[in-house]
Formats: sequence, C-alpha cells, structure tokens
Amino acid sequence: MDAKPLWLLAELTYKCPLQCPYCSNPLDFAGPRFKQELTTEEWSRVFREAKALGVLQLGLSGGEPLLRTDLEGLVATAHQLGLYTSLITSAHRLRKDRLAALQRAGLDHVQISVQAADADLSDRIAGTQAFGDKLAAYHFTKELGFPLTVNVVLHRENLHQVEALIRFAESLGAERIELANTQFYGWAFHNRDALMPTKAQLNAAWQVVLRERARLGPRLEIVWVLPDYHEQFPKPCMGGWARAYMTVAPGGEVWPCHAAGRITTLTFENVRDRSLEWIWRESDAFNRFRGEAWMPEPCRSCARRTVDFGGCRCQAFLVAGDAGLTDPVCSLAPHRHLIDAAVAQIERAAAAGVEPPSLTYRAAPASRALTAKG
Amino acid sequence: MNPTSAAAVPRLHPKARLQRDDVRGRDVLLYPEGLVTLNPTGAEILGLCDGVRSLADIVTTLEQRYGASGLERDVTSFVEALAAKGLVVYGR
Ligand SMILES: C[S@@+](CC[C@H](N)C(=O)[O-])C[C@H]1O[C@@H](n2cnc3c(N)ncnc32)[C@H](O)[C@@H]1O
Ligand code: SF4
Ligand code: SF4
Repeated sequence: MDAKPLWLLAELTYKCPLQCPYCSNPLDFAGPRFKQELTTEEWSRVFREAKALGVLQLGLSGGEPLLRTDLEGLVATAHQLGLYTSLITSAHRLRKDRLAALQRAGLDHVQISVQAADADLSDRIAGTQAFGDKLAAYHFTKELGFPLTVNVVLHRENLHQVEALIRFAESLGAERIELANTQFYGWAFHNRDALMPTKAQLNAAWQVVLRERARLGPRLEIVWVLPDYHEQFPKPCMGGWARAYMTVAPGGEVWPCHAAGRITTLTFENVRDRSLEWIWRESDAFNRFRGEAWMPEPCRSCARRTVDFGGCRCQAFLVAGDAGLTDPVCSLAPHRHLIDAAVAQIERAAAAGVEPPSLTYRAAPASRALTAKG
Repeated sequence: MNPTSAAAVPRLHPKARLQRDDVRGRDVLLYPEGLVTLNPTGAEILGLCDGVRSLADIVTTLEQRYGASGLERDVTSFVEALAAKGLVVYGR
C-alpha cells in the first residue's frame, strides 16, 4: 500500500491556560509520557521528514501552541519547506505584534476557538477568563489579512447559541465557522454524560444551520461536524487509518490521529528513535488498521467500507474495548447498543428534568488524579 | 452562474497558495481545508492570475506562448470552477 501522508498535526505542547471539559487531549496530558517536549531542532527535523514523505498541510496545535516561545521559528522552518501552515489556537494572551511576527514568518491561516457566543458562558466553559483576548484576536487576525476560521465545540451547554455564533463569525468577516459537535475522546469522553446534547437540541441547531447557510451562501462557510452518536453511520475517521494523516504528540510519539494514543493495545513509535518514514511505512501501529485486511464483519462485506473505512478505531476501543471492531456508532455494528444506551440515558434524564452530572475541567491536578486512579 | 466577462481580473484568494508537490510530481493549490491538484496547464493559468491581467490578457498570453487559438473557453471554465470554490476572486 503506497499511501502518502498529506496532513501533519503537530501538537507542540499539552500545556494550556484554558480548561475546557470537552478537550480531546489525553486524560494523562500532564503525566510523564508527554513531559519531554520535542526541541526546536527535533520539530524542524520532523517537519523536514514530513515534507519529504509527502505532507503539504501542517496544523500547529496542542494544548496551546502559543506557549512555545519558538513558534515563530517553527513556522519559518515549515514555510521554507513549502508547508501550508495553520495555527490552531485559543488565542489566550495573543497580541497583535506576535501574530504579525508569525505572519512574517510565513503563517498561512489562523483558527481560533471560542467556547460560546458571550463572555459569561464562554469563560465558564473555558474555566478561565479568555473571551476578551479571543475577541481582540479575532479582530486583529482579520486586520492583518489572515484567512480566519472560527471554531466552536458544541455540546449541551451551548448548542442553543448556534445562531448567535454564526452571526458572530459573520460580523467578524471570518471565512469559515466550524461548528464541531463534541467528539467523545479524551476529556470529552470522560465528561460524556454531561456534554451530550439531546436529540431535540441537535435538531433545532441543525435547522438553524440550514437556514443560515441559505442566507449566507458563499460569504461564510458553515461546517457542521457531525454528532456521530446521533448518526446512523460512522464518520470516515481521518479518511481512513494511516492513509493521509498523522499526529506527532508533544513527546514525539507518532499517532494515526490525535486520539489514538489512548489505544493501549498498540505500541507507538517515537521520532526520537525512528524516522518518520519508517514509522509511517513500517510500524505496527500504522499498519495494523491500514487498508481492509483487518476488517471484521459486518464491515468486511459492506459496500460502505470504502466510504467510511469502518469508522473510528479509537471509538471502537473506548466504547467497545477493542480497536479492531466496527465503530460502535454504526447502526450495523454488534456494539451499537452501547451507543444507544448512552443516548437513551441522556434523553431519559432530560425528560425527567434531572441535572446533568458535573463537569471535570481539563487541568493538571485532575489529570494526575485521574491517571493515578488508572 | 453568470458568464464571467473577459475583462474580469482574477487573482488567488489570499487563503490559497500555489505549491509544487515534489513527492508526487505535480502542482497543487493549498488552502485551509485541503488542496486541489493541478495539471501543468492549470498551474500555468493560475500563475497568470495575478490580479493585474484580465481573463482576456491571460488567454492572449497563453495563445501566444503556444501558438494556439480558441483557448478562451477552457481558460474561463477552469478559472470559474476555482472561483466557485472560493479559491479565485475577481478584482484587482
Ligand atoms: C485540542 S485543541 C488545541 C488548540 C487550542 N488549544 C484550541 O483549543 O483552539 C484543537 C482543536 O480541537 C477542538 N476540540 C477540542 N476538543 C474537541 C472535541 N472533543 N471535539 C471536537 N473538537 C474539539 C478545539 O476547539 C480546537 O479547535
Ligand atoms: S480545547 Fe481548550 S483545554 Fe483543550 S487545548 Fe484547546 S483551549 Fe486548551
Ligand atoms: S458496517 Fe462497517 S463499513 Fe459498513 S457502514 Fe458500518 S462501519 Fe461502515
């Protein structure tokens, strides 16, 4: 199989001043596994090797990538290699002169996340006073002439704001708003029962999206990341395992997607020990679910296997306990009942007016406590 | 979509960047969500979409370069397809 990667997600650090309970980062982000962050030189080598392998798109993310003081240099290296660079940030403490410096270094695109349409709710979800910085950053990102993506993770607490969020992105002159329904990995999986919306909430928000798309046309692209628990078929996760994507985590581990580090039945290689090319082509973790040979029934004989590749391996592992199973979100999957049960429990609780469980915020002490518990 | 006038001046949207993809031996147009693969002619046309030349100028330039004629339809439809994706905009 001669797939070449197109995308590299560089998770530069897992440090972050925000504490979003929906964060997809690993629960053990504060632990020893990610402590020894790659140096500037190591990242530069990773970018060079990635480009030589075929990567064209580079996402600089985390954690909060702005906490890396060498970010400007890393952008410059990536730009000289010809990579298209996107900064994926909370914009916390970002100032215009720093973004201008990043622009001079060759940064191509800026994606800034916001937690809600107003300061109160946004800061409450972020667990930090962050809305003011975001608002300022949205404006100077456009003033500097960057293409801007507004990203919002949607869940039970903010789905009612979809219209306000779209109007907000419109007023900023953003090219794109990503309405990302929470994907249940990392902290989001831990907080699943508190974050999962009701079907009625999702339907109402979807109607708003349809209406606003008709109103705005090409002026603002509205991306709706599917709430897969409420779908019939799984997402074509990463365009298929090890076909086009890879993530390099802060300590140098290489994963086929940013959630894969959680799969304990795989061994992940590190760029400190191996070349990126070897990891991409030869490593067991990348080859295990590449192509179709690994597929169990019902995927193996299903016509959709070339469309969704059997769904998400991480979700199969998290929900059904085995990364080699059909994504339990699929209505044909033997484990779909586990998803149905989780959804039904939310509907029952909402109908009875029961308050959702409290949220665990993504923070280092909670990370250590949860990791110690195992 | 309205037929684009020959006087229209196309240029790349600021979010899009032409890039040589050495590994796959082709040119691509990169933008935040992904890429469009270009054949050599497409890359050449886009190289001329500089916000100064009109569509008519671009057609003339290419026709002279190749001693060809009647390229107007191909050039216009190529540029229009990228404009529909928001990767090319009109105006100086
Ligand atoms: C993990 S964050 C790191 C970058 C930066 N700290 C930020 O939040 O923008 C990367 C992107 O994933 C989004 N995200 C985080 N958790 C998510 C989840 N559970 N489902 C969907 N998107 C998520 C964030 O909003 C952000 O756009
Ligand atoms: S999603 Fe929130 S907590 Fe997670 S890295 Fe981004 S800003 Fe930090
Ligand atoms: S059975 Fe497998 S291939 Fe078919 S739709 Fe479900 S996940 Fe996709």
